[in-house]
Amino acid sequence: MTTTEIAGTPVERDAEGFLVDPSQWTREVAEEIARENGIELTPAHWQVVQFMRNRYLETGSAPSIRSLGKESGVPIKELYQLFPKGPAKLAAKIGGIPKPRGCI
Amino acid sequence: MVELLQAPEQEEKVGREPIEKVSIVVSHGSLEGIYPGLIMANGARMEGIEADLFFTFFGLDAIRKDRQAKIKVATVGNPGMHLPTLVGAIPGMSWLATKMMSRQMEKLDIPPVGEFIELIHDSGGGIYACQATVEMFGLTEDDFVPELDGILTVGEFYERSAGAQIIFT
Repeated sequence: MTTTEIAGTPVERDAEGFLVDPSQWTREVAEEIARENGIELTPAHWQVVQFMRNRYLETGSAPSIRSLGKESGVPIKELYQLFPKGPAKLAAKIGGIPKPRGCI
Repeated sequence: MVELLQAPEQEEKVGREPIEKVSIVVSHGSLEGIYPGLIMANGARMEGIEADLFFTFFGLDAIRKDRQAKIKVATVGNPGMHLPTLVGAIPGMSWLATKMMSRQMEKLDIPPVGEFIELIHDSGGGIYACQATVEMFGLTEDDFVPELDGILTVGEFYERSAGAQIIFT
């Protein structure tokens, strides 16, 4: 766990770069983490990131890739175009929530 | 020896190449024979790892139009069920075990086989059938679900798997 400054805000991150405390998240932090991962956030990216984050804050766990595809409004094919290196994992990282632990 | 066992995990990870591609062979036609391969393929895609599924022998049932929705748990010849063989053989036992397991999987958000294949396909995973088995069972491309990307010889399978880890299930 290390504290780094992103977009002028000190944030705590784990070894893989996920935020430890979701409340330290801001839109600017999201943009910076996305850039670190080679992603420039478009409205479609935001839709997925917001869905992940809201679902986590409401239920305490991140949605599965199955429900991400069914309920976020962005179908599976497009999810992988937006986040080629893993939609659920990257959207969680950018959304400032812990790494999803599910197998699905 | 003790020192070796206690070597810190982090040190070991240094310099290891991450897995970039997997080719998963599914050779069994029971529910418990098919799901592990599907879960591993989907899990690979979720990590940004390339994944191909190669269905052979009764594993083909997972992508056959007429059988995909009828895949069952094996209640006979399956010591993991902890059921006496003769009890497992009672008509309806396999149906019941399948029903119970499917309900449990739905709770965990694990999709039914058909939807799972579609999910993996839409995620960019390849869905392939083994040519030798297709010929042996007298099947044609029309017998398979639309997600099928092709029928491959074993040679073509190895060619496609260049640089991949091959996992046999």
